[in-house]
Amino acid sequence: MARLNVNPTRMQLSSLKKKLASAQRGHKLLKDKRDELMRQFMNLIKENKQLRNEVEAGIADANRYMAVAGSVMQSEVLETALMLPKQEVELEVSEKNVMSVYIPVFRPKYRTDDVNDIYSYGTAFTSVDLDGAVNALSEIFPKMIRLAEIEKACQLMADEIEKTRRRVNALEHIMIPDYQETIKYITMKLSENERSTTTSLMKVKDMVLKQSHDFT
Amino acid sequence: MSDLYKTAVIGDSASVSGFAALGLSVFHETDADKISKLINKLASGGFGVIYITEPAAALVSDTIKKYRSRKLPSIVLIPAIEGNTGEGMRGVHEAVEKAVGSDILN
Repeated sequence: MARLNVNPTRMQLSSLKKKLASAQRGHKLLKDKRDELMRQFMNLIKENKQLRNEVEAGIADANRYMAVAGSVMQSEVLETALMLPKQEVELEVSEKNVMSVYIPVFRPKYRTDDVNDIYSYGTAFTSVDLDGAVNALSEIFPKMIRLAEIEKACQLMADEIEKTRRRVNALEHIMIPDYQETIKYITMKLSENERSTTTSLMKVKDMVLKQSHDFT
Repeated sequence: MSDLYKTAVIGDSASVSGFAALGLSVFHETDADKISKLINKLASGGFGVIYITEPAAALVSDTIKKYRSRKLPSIVLIPAIEGNTGEGMRGVHEAVEKAVGSDILN
């Protein structure tokens, strides 16, 4: 531990004591923040993992259909079929504050409410597997939105937890011990000064007495 | 505060063209430079969520890392038509490792 480079004066002592008090308070608050962030993060990350498994399975399903559709249809026809979508989706983004981490919240807004509008083509020239692929994707899409939201939240919270943990550790292991040691040093130095003043006064007193009365 | 954002899908055409039917903006790119530029353009161009296939994401991992700590856009890895590489799940584990200090998900 390093002692801070300050003059051992009473003014420094009182300012250091104030600093120590606020560092200890800050340490307690940050520790609470870290614990709460961690608790929420653990809940989120479990949901994140489960959701990712579901989404990956859903997309794998859709991809199987798509692979079959791609093999029975010409790629030009396939592309033409999907070229002009009827459905359009936009995301309404708001934000949520979790322990001063701002995480985005997505709410999808569809252009049309008709579920059949995901099929942007006539069924005459396209394979039924394409319908399957599109259908599978539309089923998994709400989960994909939630995944985007939750994955972002986890990343942001992980960053914040790391930052908070560093601050807590810096306060706990460096700043607070430094302050304590410096305060101790100043206190010792001050009392040492006091003792030395007392002894020199005693000495002077002796000398003065000796001179005036010629005692001893 | 709420704004309207769009959603993009990036990847090879076989993997992502199905998303066009749902009304998402689909971009077929397989070249690292172009994907990286595209992501930067989309991020500043009103896109809130970008889905990218795992093989495409592997080409531009630096660009994706850059956006990890920003609020928007949220870049999500999805499996491509060739199958799941597990890269997306690895991202989840990385977040845990960063937050907790060790990977406690099993």
